[in-house]
Order: sequence, then structure tokens, then C-alpha cells
Amino acid sequence: MTTDTIQIGITDLTVQYGLVTALDSVSMTIRAGATTAILGANGAGKTTLLRTISGLIRPKAGSITFGGEELVGVSPDRMSRKGLAHVPEGRGVIAELTVEENLRLGALGRNRAHDAVTLDQVYDIFVPLAGRRTSSAHTLSGGERQMLVIGRALMATPSVLLLDEPSLGLAPKIVAQIFEIIATLVDAQSMTVVLVEQNARSALSIAEHAVVLDLGKVAVEGPATVLAQDPALRHAYLGF
Amino acid sequence: MQQLLTILLNGVTSGMIYAAFALALVLIWRSTRIVNFAQAPMAMLTTYIALVVIDAGYSYWIGFAAALVSGLILGALVERLVIRFVDSSSHINAVILTLGLFIVIHALAAIIFGNQFRSFPAPFGLTGRTIGDMNIALTGYDIFKVVAVLIVFGLLVLLFRFTDLGLKMRASAFEQEVAKLLGVRVSRMLTLGWALAAVVGSLAGLLIAGGSLVHPGYMDSIVVFGFVAAVLGGLDSPGGAVVGGLLMGIGLSFVSGYLGQDLVALAALIILIVVLLLRPSGLFAGTAARRV
Repeated sequence: MTTDTIQIGITDLTVQYGLVTALDSVSMTIRAGATTAILGANGAGKTTLLRTISGLIRPKAGSITFGGEELVGVSPDRMSRKGLAHVPEGRGVIAELTVEENLRLGALGRNRAHDAVTLDQVYDIFVPLAGRRTSSAHTLSGGERQMLVIGRALMATPSVLLLDEPSLGLAPKIVAQIFEIIATLVDAQSMTVVLVEQNARSALSIAEHAVVLDLGKVAVEGPATVLAQDPALRHAYLGF
Repeated sequence: MQQLLTILLNGVTSGMIYAAFALALVLIWRSTRIVNFAQAPMAMLTTYIALVVIDAGYSYWIGFAAALVSGLILGALVERLVIRFVDSSSHINAVILTLGLFIVIHALAAIIFGNQFRSFPAPFGLTGRTIGDMNIALTGYDIFKVVAVLIVFGLLVLLFRFTDLGLKMRASAFEQEVAKLLGVRVSRMLTLGWALAAVVGSLAGLLIAGGSLVHPGYMDSIVVFGFVAAVLGGLDSPGGAVVGGLLMGIGLSFVSGYLGQDLVALAALIILIVVLLLRPSGLFAGTAARRV
């Protein structure tokens, strides 16, 4: 798949929480088969953007198209069947279920346009999970939980993976490991990844494209390598 | 010895019913954080439906099935038509509403079925047996009660542990938003949860009524015993509800056997206070780390 195909098109998206405007007329395109990093400080609107794409928040105005189909107004429980998998911030494991039950759950609402992913395939990618199949998910470490939620998202055989702060609270070594797995998935399965991150340096290292949000508006947009090499921009928005 | 055995057997059989009723409360509490006080009159209503069917000349079993099916429908209707529209900013709203439903269903039953006691048949014998010179206070109907509750527990375990539907229901109960993102129709699962809980509640209502009298208020004390049993087990734990129910049944049976029938309700409330003071999250508190 070429990286020029538009997978998700966002036009003039405005989201308000009461009087606060979280996203102010945001437009961007997410290209197919590539990783797009969404960067910015706390409160820039990154998480709001993902939650609006997956239908958890209704925008005040604007449109989101996914492969040509309008997503605004579609309920969140239909997104996984359409091929959008959203891994929410703060891990999102269901702590009361076992590792295997979490993974099985991922496959129940899967996108049938792609071939099913077996449990064993997920355990091959995330080796530490294989030994914990029957453990309750609340016994997992932070890194294992992140592996579990990404693995669960893979069970849904998505064409687009929305990842909200996968590095949050993890040791740098684990972050590197998880980002490497994401990069491999994008290459091997030509998956589209939308990666929301505060950890800009790591995110830019695996993304092709990046969008910087600032106070609900798109501040900068461009190829990840260009953004990573612009010192003024890095200082202004990315903090490194 | 004779008395001890009788008390123990009575305790186990009534304990199984409290367990069923507690389980009905736990099923709803787990997924919606609502204590459904209307569970008692809902079970009363479905038992009256069974009585109407039986009085019309059909067999006990047709009445039994009619009560369970109407429980399923009633539970779903209550969730769809009433509970869903409650302002969920505070859980107390829904709880007050279930108390309101309690009164409404009571009044409706009194209007429709009359406010007098009516006898309800039992499908099996109501006499105990004698082994040697011992009278065993275990009737055929008692055995049926225990077996019926065990079958329902078994079916629920199968549903929740081993089926995709059960997995979706558990996911919806624990993490609604995550479940939605995984494609689970959470609102359907909640309706189904209410429906199943009402079936289990109806079963408890039927089993208590058998060989005894029904009246619009005959389940009212059971909601107290069932609630205490559920709290004893930790409200969140179906297994805990079953153990809590059995403990309540045996405990109250001892109170009634050795101290007097009048003290049973008082004893139930004392147990509730002691549990809330000493182990507020129940005897089997496991995953208390959830609410942060």
C-alpha cells in the first residue's frame, strides 16, 4: 500500500466541553499504512481527538471520514467492526478478567475484512504474556498491561490502530520495546497507526508523519524527520 | 441432636434461597452499582403470575416456567423503560427509584391479585422422613429447592465463564467504555443482566412460596435477608453471595431454633451492622483496588 492513500480525513473538527473548546476547527489527514504521531503538551486536545474519532465524544462541528465513510454520529461500539481499534489512555485492561479473556474479548467485535489473528500469534509477538495466560490482568506489570491492550487490539484485526500514550509511566527500555513492536506491525501488516504521545522523541523516531496540537489547534504538521530536526519547533512545542 | 440436625437442614434450604436472592442483587450491583430493592416485589409479581397459571388448571411446572419467563421480561422492561432514564450522575437516584418501584409493584399486585393470603402449591412432598428413630426434616420439596438453586448457579457459571456472551457481560460490568471500544453493545448487556437477575429473583420467589402462602408482601423480609447475604459476600462477588446466603440461612435458623422466631429479623440487622463495621467490603473482598 502506498503512503499517499488517505485513511482518515478530518475536516474542521470542533469539540467543546461546556464553554471550553478542546478542539478548534482541526483538519488533518491520516495516511494509510503509516504511523502518524499526534504530539503536544497536556491539554492540547490529543486524547480528545482520538476519543472523537472513535465516537466516544460527539463533535460540535466538522467531519471525520474513514475510507470515504462518515464516522461522526456512528456509535463507538461499531468502530471495531469497521476496522478502527482504539487503545485508550491509562492501559484499559479489564483487570478482573484474565489475560486470555481480555484477548478473546478483543476478537469478538473484530473487523471481518481481515483474517483472524490467533491467540498464539499474539503470544508470539508479546512473549511475556504467554506465561501469564490464566493470570488475572490486575497482576500484570505496567509494560505487560500495555502489551496486553495492544495485543487485544490486534485480535480485532484493525486497519487503523489508535494508540493513546502507550509510553505513559513505562521504563524507557519497555517503551523502546513497545515502539519497536508497533513499527514492526506497521511494516509487516501495512497497518495505519495514529500515535498520541507526550514522549515526542520516541514517537518521532517511529512515525513518518507528525501533527503538533497546541491548545486545540494544529500548530505544525509535516514529515517526522523534518519536525525532529527543527530546533525552534522542538523547543516551542515538544520540550526536547 | 435431633434439633441441631433439623436446624441445620432448615438453615441450608432457606440459605440456598437467600443465596439465590443475594445473587440476583449482586448481578445488578456488579454491572450498574444499583441495589435493586424492587427485586422482592418483582419476584412476588412473577410468583402471582405462576399462581394464576396454576389456578387456571395448568400444571405446577407450566406455572413455574411462566414465572421465570415473565421474570426475564419484567427485568428487561424495568431496565429499558425505567432505570435507563434515571439521571446517572448519582447512584442514589436509581436506588431511590427502585424503592419507588417497590411500592408501585406492591400496590399494583394488591389491586390486581387482592390483598389476602393465598396458598401456593408445592410440586413435591412436604413431609420429612424417619431414619431409625431420627426424624430428618428434609422434605422432597426441600431437596428440590436446593437442586433448583444449584442448577441455576451452575448455568450462570457456565454462561459467565465459558461463553462469549458471558465474557461480554462481564466486560460490560467492569469497564463499560473499554467494552464499547471493543465492539460490545454495552446497553444490551445491561438489559440482559437485569433480565437474568430477575429470573434468579423469580426463582427465589417461587421456591419460598411453594407449600406456603403468598401475599403482596410475602417477599419483603427476603429482600432484607438477601441484601445482608450479598453484603456479607461483598456485593461484588457472585460466589460470595452464595456463601453469604448459606451463612445467613444457617445463622438465622440457629437464632430461630434456639433463641426464638421473633429475633430473626433483628439478628439479620445485627449481622449487617457487624459486617459493615468489621469487613465493610465483605468477607471475600478481593479486588477492592478498583475504585481509585
